Amino acid sequence: MRFVDEYRDGEAVRQAAAAIASMQTRPWTLMEICGGQTHSILKFGLDQLLPPALTLVHGPGCPVCVTPLERIDQAVDIAARKEVIFTSFGDMLRVPGSSKSLLQVKSEGGDVRIVYSPLDAVKLAEENPGREVVFFAVGFETTAPANAMAVWRAHELGLRNFTVLCSHVLVPPAIDAILGAPGCRIQGFLAAGHVCTVEGCEDYEPLAAKYGVPIVVTGFEPVDLMAGILACVQALERGSATVENAYKRSASRAGNPHARALVRRVFETCDRAWRGIGVIPQSGLKLRREFAALDATRRFDCGHIRTDESKECIAGEILLGHRRPPECAAFGNECAPDHPLGAPMVSAEGACAAYYAYRRSA
Amino acid sequence: MSDQTPPDPSQWSCPAPTQASDTVQLAHGGGGRLTQKLIESVFVPALRNPALEVLHDGALLSLPPGRIAFSTDSYVIDPIFFPGGDIGSLAVHGTVNDLAMCGARPLHLSAGFILEEGLPLADLRRIVASMGRAAAEAGVAVVTGDTKVVDRGKGDGIFINTAGIGIVPEGVEIAPTRARAGDLVLVNGEIAVHGIAILSVRQGLEFATEMVSDSASLHELVAAALDVAGSHLHVLRDPTRGGVASALNEIATAAGVSIELEERSIPVNEAVQGACELLGFDPLYVANEGKCLAIVAPSHAKAVLDAWRRHPLGKDAAIIGQVREEPRGRLVLHTRIGARRIVDMLSGEQLPRIC
Repeated sequence: MRFVDEYRDGEAVRQAAAAIASMQTRPWTLMEICGGQTHSILKFGLDQLLPPALTLVHGPGCPVCVTPLERIDQAVDIAARKEVIFTSFGDMLRVPGSSKSLLQVKSEGGDVRIVYSPLDAVKLAEENPGREVVFFAVGFETTAPANAMAVWRAHELGLRNFTVLCSHVLVPPAIDAILGAPGCRIQGFLAAGHVCTVEGCEDYEPLAAKYGVPIVVTGFEPVDLMAGILACVQALERGSATVENAYKRSASRAGNPHARALVRRVFETCDRAWRGIGVIPQSGLKLRREFAALDATRRFDCGHIRTDESKECIAGEILLGHRRPPECAAFGNECAPDHPLGAPMVSAEGACAAYYAYRRSA
Repeated sequence: MSDQTPPDPSQWSCPAPTQASDTVQLAHGGGGRLTQKLIESVFVPALRNPALEVLHDGALLSLPPGRIAFSTDSYVIDPIFFPGGDIGSLAVHGTVNDLAMCGARPLHLSAGFILEEGLPLADLRRIVASMGRAAAEAGVAVVTGDTKVVDRGKGDGIFINTAGIGIVPEGVEIAPTRARAGDLVLVNGEIAVHGIAILSVRQGLEFATEMVSDSASLHELVAAALDVAGSHLHVLRDPTRGGVASALNEIATAAGVSIELEERSIPVNEAVQGACELLGFDPLYVANEGKCLAIVAPSHAKAVLDAWRRHPLGKDAAIIGQVREEPRGRLVLHTRIGARRIVDMLSGEQLPRIC
């Protein structure tokens, strides 16, 4: 298949692996920031081809995993209301809140629907003027433009029955928090290619300079990932700490100006709690005051919600790359995709789910 | 004396005419006149055969010698009409295939209908006609049936249950426990087509290529494989819900073996691959309705492959993997870049990802 097969070519991957092995003179530890990259690495088995002295640490770039428990509980609370049609991307539905998931709400009679585009939720609101349509706007910079478009469209249409429950997060502040954390062992970063396709690469330049680490913009297919890893190892070996773009077929330095403008028109940055990690300053997006009428937390009173996180889940340490999923005592025992303790075991991009799916006794 | 003639009651007509509805009514399931009318006007003409036309409480059948295979399945698909089929043809194909996967020649089906009040009779006629065609093509007869009607809002238009019996010829021994190390794994064509076709119409997803379900009766492919491989054909399975990955995991567990798949050998067409990429689905877990997995002794695998490729439903058949001893109970994928990973049973349904 064009645009897929050439980036999954075994020969090209093996050549890159050989180039990495021949160039590496000492152990290096890299973090791939995005959960999609983590899944690709484990799904295709790229880590099996890399030299043992190269360690890949999995980052917090899974929007489902880092959405705070409080937001999930709010979603569950709102979705259970009779007047509400609650819409969400598919992989949010299984994430456990304090007491239940959105899928459980659905089974109990809540009107919870999967949408493929936030604009589908806007359309639902137009078609159902007697119902309150709520869209769960989660994700990184990648989903922000489409979600901003939905808010903008609802605003333009003057829809009074459409709101978003917003929990957007941003990558650069998270990298800042990870590199600034005491005991950080990350020496190089693979940045998420699709995030940079939207937002460009400029925001990473001050981070590379501040912490003296190379940051390589990297794609998601095996050949893309190996190219990113190779570029990062090359930079480490020559001692350079700059931003490089190994995903030029999609990402540019300036990003997509139209998408960026729309996101800034609708959202502004705010402090945001990341599940398992805590509050990271200026790491989230919230609706600007002009669009406050479209904010679900204002439309629905959720003040009574008290969250209760599982004590056994070490998601924070997993998400920060301090520990790997198999090092968790609950992994594969108390915690499995059928009965998850934390979000990383649920999400299609969660590191624990990736290890569970692809790596048990392989 | 009046010249008025006395009224003749035999000439009176009832002012309330009999309701001729074009939708299913509760009374259609009540066992009375409307039920009878439904049977006579819809079911019997489309499914006609001597055993059914007796209209008795059950069918009396004479069976050829051999062991009897018996299977049942219920069909609840939404939407009821989809590219490449409908709930009626699916209900025939599904049970015919379940029997075929036992190595049986499918012979007779029963059909139970649960109809929701308000279902257009035209839809019901179309579905039953499609069942009739699918049954004729598969060489099976629908010999007995039942209809119930539930209140509007308590069903989803129509649910169908079919059960079927078939005869397993002498010498045929198909069972998941018969998979043994060295056997080769075959599939008769491109996987994941049905699931993606249904999803695309259910969710209104538009792709450049229209996705058409692969729903089909597989008994001829099974017969062709048995002809050339006989008792060397060890396992058959139609990978419906849960896809190829779930079916092979079940076999690996049942037989206490490992099954290793070669990723690059698994036929997936480009449109399906594209849709899966977009949605974050793995085609190995997507449902099929016209696919058959066969596990065959290595000595006879090529013969089965050739026989399948000569059949229209098997022209894209391929050998996709091999049974091994270890790791027991596991399905392992040899990825196209040369690494290995396990392919587990799915937890719940595949859900479209965020980005």
